[in-house]
Amino acid sequence: MALTRGEMAQRAARELRDGYYVNLGIGIPTLVANYIPKGIDVMLQSENGLLGMGPFPMPGAVDADMINAGKQTVTARVGASIFSSAESFAMIRGGHIDLTVLGAFEVDVEGNIASWMIPGKLIKGMGGAMDLVAGAENILVLMTHFSREGESKLLPRCSLPLTGAGCVRRILTDLAYLEIHDRSFVLMEHAPGVSVQEIIAKTSGRLSIPDRVHEMKFSR
Amino acid sequence: MAGFDKRVQTYVQALDGLRDGMTVISGGFGLCGIPENLIDRIRLMGVKDLTVVSNNCGVDGFGLGRLLEGRQIKKMIASYVGENGLFEKQLLCGELEVELIPQGSLAEKIRAGGAGIPAFYTATGVGTLVAVGKEERMFKDRRYILEPSITADFAIVKGWKADWYGNVIYRNTAQNFNPLVATAGHITVVEVEEIVSPGELEPSSIHTPGIYVDRLIQGSFEKRIEKLTTRAS
Repeated sequence: MALTRGEMAQRAARELRDGYYVNLGIGIPTLVANYIPKGIDVMLQSENGLLGMGPFPMPGAVDADMINAGKQTVTARVGASIFSSAESFAMIRGGHIDLTVLGAFEVDVEGNIASWMIPGKLIKGMGGAMDLVAGAENILVLMTHFSREGESKLLPRCSLPLTGAGCVRRILTDLAYLEIHDRSFVLMEHAPGVSVQEIIAKTSGRLSIPDRVHEMKFSR
Repeated sequence: MAGFDKRVQTYVQALDGLRDGMTVISGGFGLCGIPENLIDRIRLMGVKDLTVVSNNCGVDGFGLGRLLEGRQIKKMIASYVGENGLFEKQLLCGELEVELIPQGSLAEKIRAGGAGIPAFYTATGVGTLVAVGKEERMFKDRRYILEPSITADFAIVKGWKADWYGNVIYRNTAQNFNPLVATAGHITVVEVEEIVSPGELEPSSIHTPGIYVDRLIQGSFEKRIEKLTTRAS
């Protein structure tokens, strides 16, 4: 079975380490905040100028001056700081964020990522995504293995306009966890009940299969 | 003393001198921390062919979306313009020109503009459409593109509190682009929720020093929420 969105977030959360400053993108990456492992403290960065994002406010405590990068009302946790957009992107572009988790339309074996623009469809803008992928050493792409049209999103070469060139090394899909080495996707883990054969069939870019591929484990 | 008193009494005075074809840069992220009354005043003035620089372009009927209603924007420079139907319509029929800039590059272009730096190199956008036509250079084996800075005829800013001297503090994430925008206007106009007497604000807590501020006005704000999200109680 392919992973649910919650299971993808749960698996991604295992990449968190105690003391990490983390930026979570919009969509499935946001859910990672729900699965932070016990005994680990991480500080979530929101690029509109908040380091130490807390949970959504209680209904009676909503503050219009307190939002996240997805424009949702949020709170600040103990230890949080608030600053300008220039300061926020100095953190991002200066390589101070320990882990960035974001979604994508396509990733290729060169580590290129396309996530912001589909020609012919409405162009809404890249927001902070280009800064995040250019600035982070440690990027985890979280996306479905297949598009809704049934096309592989792991390609020999991205077909859509890029968000960043040569910046992705690690990808978690609903079928597998993969790393990029020597211009090849390397299959590290498969989802429970998903065969290696299925992953081979659904990966369009070059895929390497190590001798041992682990099965992801989930506590239910 | 009066030389440092930045207060003006009316929104008419606050935006005096704004004319057709000028560039206006606005603070705010989504609808958070936007100078909503100054935008409404620009709508009323009816000035046209504006180039507007702002991270977003408001929503239909509120914020910079009001200037789209008046067909007053010729060119929009932003990082994300997703929440606005009228924007889409004017873009598709060619009434509106748009330049999309990565959010961090936009912030830095404004910061650099206010600091007298004409351009800077950044890795953001290398190998993408953003790099097309831009000078590229290697530093320590990494590619960078040259991004020119941004300044404007008018900068419009939303603060929380200010004193007569134009020293401004912002509240929570309503800070966002506002302190950078305040530095990058030929004329910088700040509207705040409260103007306090000199001496009431702690000097070390000031976000925008009064040197950047030309005109200051107190307004009342709707502070519309774009995506109300709460915890289950």
